[in-house]
Amino acid sequence: MTARIDQRFADLAREGRAGLVTFIMAGDPDYSTSLAIAKALPGAGADIIELGMPFTDPMADGPAIQAAGLRALKAGQNMLKTLELVRDFRKTDSATPIVLMGYYNPIYVYGVEKFLKDANAAGVDGLIVVDLPPEEDEELCIPAMQSGLAFIRLATPTTDDKRLPAVLKNTSGFVYYVSITGITGAATPETSKVSGAVARIKRHTKLPIAVGFGVRTAEHARGIAEGAGADAVVVGSALVDAVRGSLDKDGRASAHTVQAATALVSTLASGVKSARRMAAE
Amino acid sequence: MNVHPNSLRNGPDDRGHFGIYGGRFVAETLMPLILELEKAYNDAKADPAFHAEMNGYLTHYVGRPSPLYFAERMTEHLKGAKIYFKREELNHTGAHKVNNVLGQIMVARRMGKKRIIAETGAGMHGVATATLCARFGLECIVYMGAVDVERQKPNVFRMKMLGAEVRPVVSGSKTLKDAMNEALRDWVTNVSDTFYCIGTVAGPHPYPAMVRDFQCVIGRETREQMMAAEGRLPDSLVACIGGGSNAMGLFHPFLDDKDIEIYGVEAAGHGLDKQHAASIAGGKPGVLHGNRTYLLMDSDGQIAEAHSISAGLDYPGIGPEHAWLSDMGRVKFLSATDDEAVAALQLCSKLEGIIPALEPAHALAQVMRLAPKKPKDHLMVINISGRGDKDLDAVAQYLETKK
Repeated sequence: MTARIDQRFADLAREGRAGLVTFIMAGDPDYSTSLAIAKALPGAGADIIELGMPFTDPMADGPAIQAAGLRALKAGQNMLKTLELVRDFRKTDSATPIVLMGYYNPIYVYGVEKFLKDANAAGVDGLIVVDLPPEEDEELCIPAMQSGLAFIRLATPTTDDKRLPAVLKNTSGFVYYVSITGITGAATPETSKVSGAVARIKRHTKLPIAVGFGVRTAEHARGIAEGAGADAVVVGSALVDAVRGSLDKDGRASAHTVQAATALVSTLASGVKSARRMAAE
Repeated sequence: MNVHPNSLRNGPDDRGHFGIYGGRFVAETLMPLILELEKAYNDAKADPAFHAEMNGYLTHYVGRPSPLYFAERMTEHLKGAKIYFKREELNHTGAHKVNNVLGQIMVARRMGKKRIIAETGAGMHGVATATLCARFGLECIVYMGAVDVERQKPNVFRMKMLGAEVRPVVSGSKTLKDAMNEALRDWVTNVSDTFYCIGTVAGPHPYPAMVRDFQCVIGRETREQMMAAEGRLPDSLVACIGGGSNAMGLFHPFLDDKDIEIYGVEAAGHGLDKQHAASIAGGKPGVLHGNRTYLLMDSDGQIAEAHSISAGLDYPGIGPEHAWLSDMGRVKFLSATDDEAVAALQLCSKLEGIIPALEPAHALAQVMRLAPKKPKDHLMVINISGRGDKDLDAVAQYLETKK
């Protein structure tokens, strides 16, 4: 439902702070550990959860997220289990928005109509599908929005003013601004450049803007939220790296895995939350 | 070109679709670049100066036209159709790949791009790209799966000799599909100065159409050469298919000649019931690398690892126009195993004194089946898309294990 995302951003606006969007890969390193991480994220300070749908060939992702997807697939994750994970999460949390993020092929092969029905039933709120630009809106974007899911579009530094209206036209929930030209987890964005871009996109839309790609520390997160005026900050590769770093030598979850994720999220959340407070003073 | 309303040669539509196949399934970062490329290509296509310059290089640098050669001893041996070889292996750099690379590099120069990236499987596209980058003084980076770097060492050395940087790709299955992922990641990162030179009739629109157009010189020459040799058009065409650029180049100018039989030959690897690279025979429609086409994948949409002894055919997809032509039955898709390809390579070497690459050896393997069933006045053209020098190590190793 788009409603849960809209509600969350309305709450954030009322609190006068930016949100923290956290990405984890569904099924990394295994189903039950990733479910436990997902359940612990809101308590650690995550406002929205992006749940990666693993794919063998993630062409816009860097090594960290590629490896996370392969770990999940190796542990037997698939689309059915990813939707199951959302259902399990919803048993104890009906407020935190969940956005599925990934590539089109696993959805296409699952069947678009069936996927939208099952995703809605499981409690998914929105979709980010990296390889579906506005030129392919009829594939999934329009049916998804008709079904009640938000379709969150990526805007990038190459999306100029001429192209922005086309990108924003069928976008709902929020806009995800990719702060660098590059793959996930690669470079760190310059706050000043991001600031200009956020202002530019805000001239074209009233939707909240989340900024991601390359955000790794509380300092970065605070800079993006405070200096650049983003409504939310997305952290992905750093969190996935924290999960990886906690695994035992055979790549299995250890006693520290959930805690490794929540510890990083707590730190990042404090960075994001300190931003608007300081800005408001 | 004779293009009619009912022609099979009118595709794709303006959004890059061949029926349900093709399209532009790329990240937003790349979308503006792809639109810019489409415009630049359309401008070039309409510019007589572009064609004049390209034809000059095709003649004097590539060495075109490539001969259409009557394979007399192969014909006698198979006791059926009269077999002609379209000898793309005689092109500069030893394969058909150079036709496409020349065209794309000329487009890149018109766009003012100074840095060229490419993916390569067998290394022939990488060598062709490295060659033309050397010729025009452009920076060249070639992504190649680490497995392919190992099995195609001579081509890796050639690329380096030509001044290109070869980046081994260690992600995924470490073959062609992963090299393409990595090239796309490079492109997403270096958008302002980089041109992605795709080696086959796949990828997001306009690549499948653009690469096809540059390769169509193969089929156009074949028409003229066959008319000169036999006074009529051929009865059948045979070519191997990985992504399918050599096949599309031969087939496309004949698509509207309804009586001509057209055969594409996929790599059946260890066998269609085992690991292989035959996307039409063993795949189903999906979306990868910017286009919808037939893909080898599991029931969850995860891409499978292809296998073929030929690194150039070792790809789990196929160009979208081939997918469309297969669905409508205009091109008939067959396959040949590793064993059959090696046997065909040996036969051709001994009978004709031509060592073909493992890729066209797959097509030859089907010629060995098709030709004996045809009458003696049946004219069959096979595209010898590359020469076999690069494969000698792989073939020697293979023969060793079979002893």
